[in-house]
Amino acid sequence: MTTATKTGIDTVSQATATPDEAQPHRELGLTDDEYEQIKKILGRRPTNSELAMYSVMWSEHCSYKSSKVHLKQFGEKQSDAGRKAMLVGIGENAGVVDIGDGWAVTFKVESHNHPSYIEPYQGAATGIGGIVRDILSMGARPLAVMDPLRFGPADGNDTKRVLPGIVAGIGGYGNCLGLPNIGGEIVFDASYAGNPLVNALCIGAMRHEDVHLASAKGVGNRVILYGARTGGDGIGGVSVLASETFSEGGPTKRPAVQVGDPFMEKLLIECTLEVLHAGLVEGIQDLGGAGISCATSELASNGDGGMHVVLDHVPLRDSSLSPEEILMSESQERMCAIVAPQNVAEFLAICKKWDVEAADLGEVTTSGRLTVEWRGEQIVNVPPRSVAHDGPVLERPLARPEWQDALIADSSSNLKRPQSAEELRETLLAMVASPNLADKSLVTDQYDRYVQGNTVLAQPEDAGVVRIDENTNLGVALATDCNARFVQLDPYIGAQLALAEAYRNVAATGATPLAVTDCLNFGSPEDPSVMWQFSEAVRGLADGCLELEVPVTGGNVSFYNQTGTTPILPTPVVGVLGVLDDVTKRTSMAWKDAGDLIYLVGSTRDELDGSEWAQVIHGHLGGVPPKLDLTAERELAKFLVGAGRNGKLVAAHDVSQGGVAQTLVEMALRANVGAHITLPNDVEPFVLLFSESAARAVTVIHPQDKDVFESACVRHGLEFADIGTVDSGNELTFAGQFAVSIDELRAAHVGTFPALFG
Amino acid sequence: MTTKIGVVTFPGTLDDADAARAVELAGGQAVSLWHADANLHEVDAVILPGGFSYGDYLRCGAISRFAPVMTEVISAANAGMPVLGICNGFQILCESGLLPGALTRNESLHFICRDQVLRVENTDTSWTSQFDEGAEIVIPLKNGEGRFVADVETLKRLEDENRVVFRYREVNPNGSKNDIAGICNDVGNVVGLMPHPEHAIEELTGPSEDGLDLISSVLHTLAGGRVSA
Repeated sequence: MTTATKTGIDTVSQATATPDEAQPHRELGLTDDEYEQIKKILGRRPTNSELAMYSVMWSEHCSYKSSKVHLKQFGEKQSDAGRKAMLVGIGENAGVVDIGDGWAVTFKVESHNHPSYIEPYQGAATGIGGIVRDILSMGARPLAVMDPLRFGPADGNDTKRVLPGIVAGIGGYGNCLGLPNIGGEIVFDASYAGNPLVNALCIGAMRHEDVHLASAKGVGNRVILYGARTGGDGIGGVSVLASETFSEGGPTKRPAVQVGDPFMEKLLIECTLEVLHAGLVEGIQDLGGAGISCATSELASNGDGGMHVVLDHVPLRDSSLSPEEILMSESQERMCAIVAPQNVAEFLAICKKWDVEAADLGEVTTSGRLTVEWRGEQIVNVPPRSVAHDGPVLERPLARPEWQDALIADSSSNLKRPQSAEELRETLLAMVASPNLADKSLVTDQYDRYVQGNTVLAQPEDAGVVRIDENTNLGVALATDCNARFVQLDPYIGAQLALAEAYRNVAATGATPLAVTDCLNFGSPEDPSVMWQFSEAVRGLADGCLELEVPVTGGNVSFYNQTGTTPILPTPVVGVLGVLDDVTKRTSMAWKDAGDLIYLVGSTRDELDGSEWAQVIHGHLGGVPPKLDLTAERELAKFLVGAGRNGKLVAAHDVSQGGVAQTLVEMALRANVGAHITLPNDVEPFVLLFSESAARAVTVIHPQDKDVFESACVRHGLEFADIGTVDSGNELTFAGQFAVSIDELRAAHVGTFPALFG
Repeated sequence: MTTKIGVVTFPGTLDDADAARAVELAGGQAVSLWHADANLHEVDAVILPGGFSYGDYLRCGAISRFAPVMTEVISAANAGMPVLGICNGFQILCESGLLPGALTRNESLHFICRDQVLRVENTDTSWTSQFDEGAEIVIPLKNGEGRFVADVETLKRLEDENRVVFRYREVNPNGSKNDIAGICNDVGNVVGLMPHPEHAIEELTGPSEDGLDLISSVLHTLAGGRVSA
């Protein structure tokens, strides 16, 4: 900071007295316009503390300034059914959905991409920590986590650097917290080199009456900060890291990744749930990006509008921190609660029981201002809404990229396809061994999937399923998906295909899809091409959610994912939540008994553009994504849920990356049992095996259920084909084409990750 | 009267609710015990469940062994009360001196979560009386520091005295000496193992229901008298 009073602190009176003093607003990421706007709001120049607060809260990451105008579609385009399911919508820490029987579920996915590039272990770990606190602050007990991850080429040096650390960080933090990791994704693409995506999803459950909101109401109520001490870690992390692209040669501002302490977070979870259930909390907010600045301004803005905070009371890890640093610090494992004065003693006693430090920072006031005091001087006096909610809104220019037409014209139809049975066999083996399709257990076995004892399904199943109520067997399913290659070809359709895939995955386990969370990972919003991709993807997602009647309940936008001027593939990761009223009836992907019939449900077209086959065999991306048919997706989902509930499905598995071939291989390997497959005559074998047409699933039934099953397909208007039987052998046989043993498939499928990362 | 089995919660314990669920499913009554409370509340047996007590900072189990409740657990164990330590609980038992040896970082240096085949080597303990000797069971394993080590004499004594209770089969997941997954004290009332029987109690959520037999065993032991040395 460049200014200083005699005491070294820039106070409100000092700011009033020295209106023309130069301030480093640009270094803090604020534009000249934004700086002028702050001066206008305050009627004077901001103090250094106020400048710090605005700079962080108005950063892209906190304010959604570039995305806001697009995201509002999620609220506007909502079906009545979607609206009805939602107890708390977008804007809170996480959306809350009614799942029946008085239970509510909250879930959200968030990005921690940039910190994880700089410091893979801590970046990924604190990504988990942050999303867990979001769920906790709604009043829910966190139940499970998932991690959609994207990396550069699997054999790239940068991937070798970041992947092991990111995986260890997710495991190190999540395992120590006692949250099962039930699914996620690991996808490699050259565009993520130098900019891996680390998204973290958490789901929690609570009774309806336990839902809590982040608002500071009730004049005289106390503002209690509890959890870890505030240190110098993560200062400016939000504005500097998440809102700027790393550029070579520029000034280095990289000391800003936070350090996580999962043990403290576990104590914080138990302590928070105990004070919430004891009825001691009027409002609650976690401290994440922008730390105390964010928590106090959001609480005040959502509540009665006024709050007074004495910053000297913040417990510090480092006594030399300046007030600006204390306000901006992103030290982890902290929460802020609004507590009525008569409940403070009991609140503090529960904190003590859990060895959690707590401090009374101040109170809710009627002033309409957020005021902060430091060493007896006022250093902040702002309208909280101007910090938390009325940040800048930008209508960024957008333009369809010039290269889009050429990309679409470059179809995969000219690529050489396997001609003989032997070539088909080789292709299949190459595909199942390719990094995106290979077995991921080297990674997922580093995550605890058992803790809490309610995990019904976990990776590599289509969706994670957890039991919520042990008495009724009510439970939920969750899947995240995004084929960014399709989004690159057509962001409007691609985003909907991501939604459709997650929706289908949830339904494959027998769950009725209910709600959506999204993590929108894109390049720089200052690039009109990226902004066009973003706007198209959001429009697509909003339209798709409206049509499927699954509301978007919350999520996160991550911009500036690019290396140099090359953005990542547009990656709107979509998470779909579904409900199972009886988790004992869930459908797994493993077939079992010899003689059971294998069906392909849904229509297969010659759709290889953007496919894994085009990527793995030819390194090609071009053309148009597969046809989107949301009516078919909805009917397929209804069919899968109905058949699952009736006990007619032995197994079901969605068809997506790698096509039917990959689906069959995964089912056989999961069961460790072979099958005899007879490909239908009306489709070319290669197309049947490797096309990535959407709205399809492979299902397995007992022979005696054939008629019921087929008539159900007809009733839902779904094409179906009997493609073979499970047998007792140890081969996957494609009649008239080729056979491959389970052992050979397993060796190919399982060998890749240990060879790369073992 | 229902048999009461205490389940201790330390700061950072994770599988306490799971252990309590296992006790209840097997027909016992689970009683929560708090680390700071030097009182066993008249329980008949104690489970030290898994987790990361005190974050596993310093060394797994090294701080928990000093918890007030452990003073009571140690003296009750020495007086013959059945005590089961699972994962972090096993580590605490080793730190407490109730069991010999130590658990060190997995050979792979990674946390490992897998369905593990075990052979029940000793059915003369409080916690294994309901198994058939040599039975192969499937129990989830999940830990970062599960490699059992001990000096040569201790290992020989454990083997000679038939105190290896569970042994890893098919795969030794962490480099444990002699494929040891679990051991007992010299009279068989104190058992520690790294895999998690409380995660193998329901078809719905576990790879088997084999874990229930540990609880059934102790209920049987407590109903039918002590295990002889």
